[in-house]
Amino acid sequence: MKPITRRRFLTTGIVTVAGAAGLYGAERIANRYGLIPPDAATWYGPGETLDYDVQRIFGRNALAREFSPSQITHPPFRNELGPPLPAAYHQFQQNGFRDWRLKIDGLVSNPTSFSLSEIHSMPACSQITMISCEEGWSYIGEWTGVPLSHLLDLAGAKPNATYVVYRSIQPDDWWDSLDIFEARHPQTLIAYAMNGKDLTMRTGAPLRMRVPRQLGYKSIKFINHITVTDDIKRFGDGMGSSGPAGGYAWFAGE
Amino acid sequence: MADSVTVPGPAIAASTDAAKPARHALLVRITHWLTAISSFALLLSGGEIILSHPRFYWGETGDDFSRALFQLPVPSSRDMVPTGYHYVLPDQNGWSRALHFQAAWLLVFTGLLYILWGIFSGHFRRNLLPLASRDRWRAVIADHLRFRRPHPSEAHSYNLLQRLAYSAVIFLLVPLTIWSGLSLSQTFDAIFPYAVESLGGFQSARTIHFFCAIALTLFILIHLAMIVRSGFLRLTRAMITGRAQDQP
Repeated sequence: MKPITRRRFLTTGIVTVAGAAGLYGAERIANRYGLIPPDAATWYGPGETLDYDVQRIFGRNALAREFSPSQITHPPFRNELGPPLPAAYHQFQQNGFRDWRLKIDGLVSNPTSFSLSEIHSMPACSQITMISCEEGWSYIGEWTGVPLSHLLDLAGAKPNATYVVYRSIQPDDWWDSLDIFEARHPQTLIAYAMNGKDLTMRTGAPLRMRVPRQLGYKSIKFINHITVTDDIKRFGDGMGSSGPAGGYAWFAGE
Repeated sequence: MADSVTVPGPAIAASTDAAKPARHALLVRITHWLTAISSFALLLSGGEIILSHPRFYWGETGDDFSRALFQLPVPSSRDMVPTGYHYVLPDQNGWSRALHFQAAWLLVFTGLLYILWGIFSGHFRRNLLPLASRDRWRAVIADHLRFRRPHPSEAHSYNLLQRLAYSAVIFLLVPLTIWSGLSLSQTFDAIFPYAVESLGGFQSARTIHFFCAIALTLFILIHLAMIVRSGFLRLTRAMITGRAQDQP
């Protein structure tokens, strides 16, 4: 063992204090610029936070790859559905989803709700992108819908909004959120059609979130409620989505 | 062997343990064990992730409806996957994925430290460059084939085959593993599409990533077998304390 000299004591002390100050400063900065995912306070928080930060710093506005029509997968894959859909869903389904409404509330100047026909009459957007699942499979499809940012503008989302929460007709099983950058990203759609046809029950009829830069589990089906917020901790158990309870990270760009 | 006279003088001339240069530099020892921990976590969690879809494809897409390039003979942790087994394993993907990414960051930071140090300290030039080895091809290969115990000169640097194997793993296999692994992130592909396209598509990248993991596993198994053959306790102690000890 080397004896502890005064110089050694001082250097160690300075390095420790500088390190602690650096970590504290980094946390303040990360918080201020929204670089801490809502479920970061877990064992695996550091890994997810680094993934999230690197991707937000280097490619906040990067566009997901788009493909040519000849690359669309036939037949389109239909993922298995989660828990059985509630009776209310089947009632909507029986009259062609004519009564389905998409509600937008929270940090908006005019909380509102849109019918399917109102959404169909808005400027549409189509994209041929890949959906990939955390399991490992992937397919390419063409999704058509309205950019989420257009709906946020119609409802008058306030500039201090930081997250957009979205829920399915099974709000306890399937709800999720996007940071404001992903929500405002031009490829993030509220989709109503796939490969030129209306969505079916298996593909998320009548409305499905489409987040092509993240894994399939962010593209939740049967969407009927959107809430704009500046405080994601208020929702559910504060982890930003129903995923972390089952072990799945809120950030799924990994 | 004629080679023994060309062993570097100071290393052999010194008579006491303390005066000898360390068998492994401190940084090599630290990065070695961090790499061991992260590799174990990556292989464990990677294997677990595969169980949710033990089918592999080539190109951009592949799912339960499409023809697989090949399929592993294991049950899946998802009931839609047509494995032929009527048995579904429990879903462990959540923690597996999280551990995989966290361990990957540990490996990347450790690797960066090691690469920078290796370049500036001369470690790569001295100990890893195959051409800088004093060994002769035939002699080294013959010794390995006869499972001969290592020559005392090897207590102070790596032999030719070690140099080739370590260089291939450090400079080719691990970078390809990271490249193909990053290509499996949709956000990464949005930022840098060349990564996934250079590998032939998303599913090709996944298949390549799998074969990289198989190759790394083989390397680790051979590495462990060599250590057991050459003296497990002595070599493990050298990788912890840094001191080379002469053969008993």
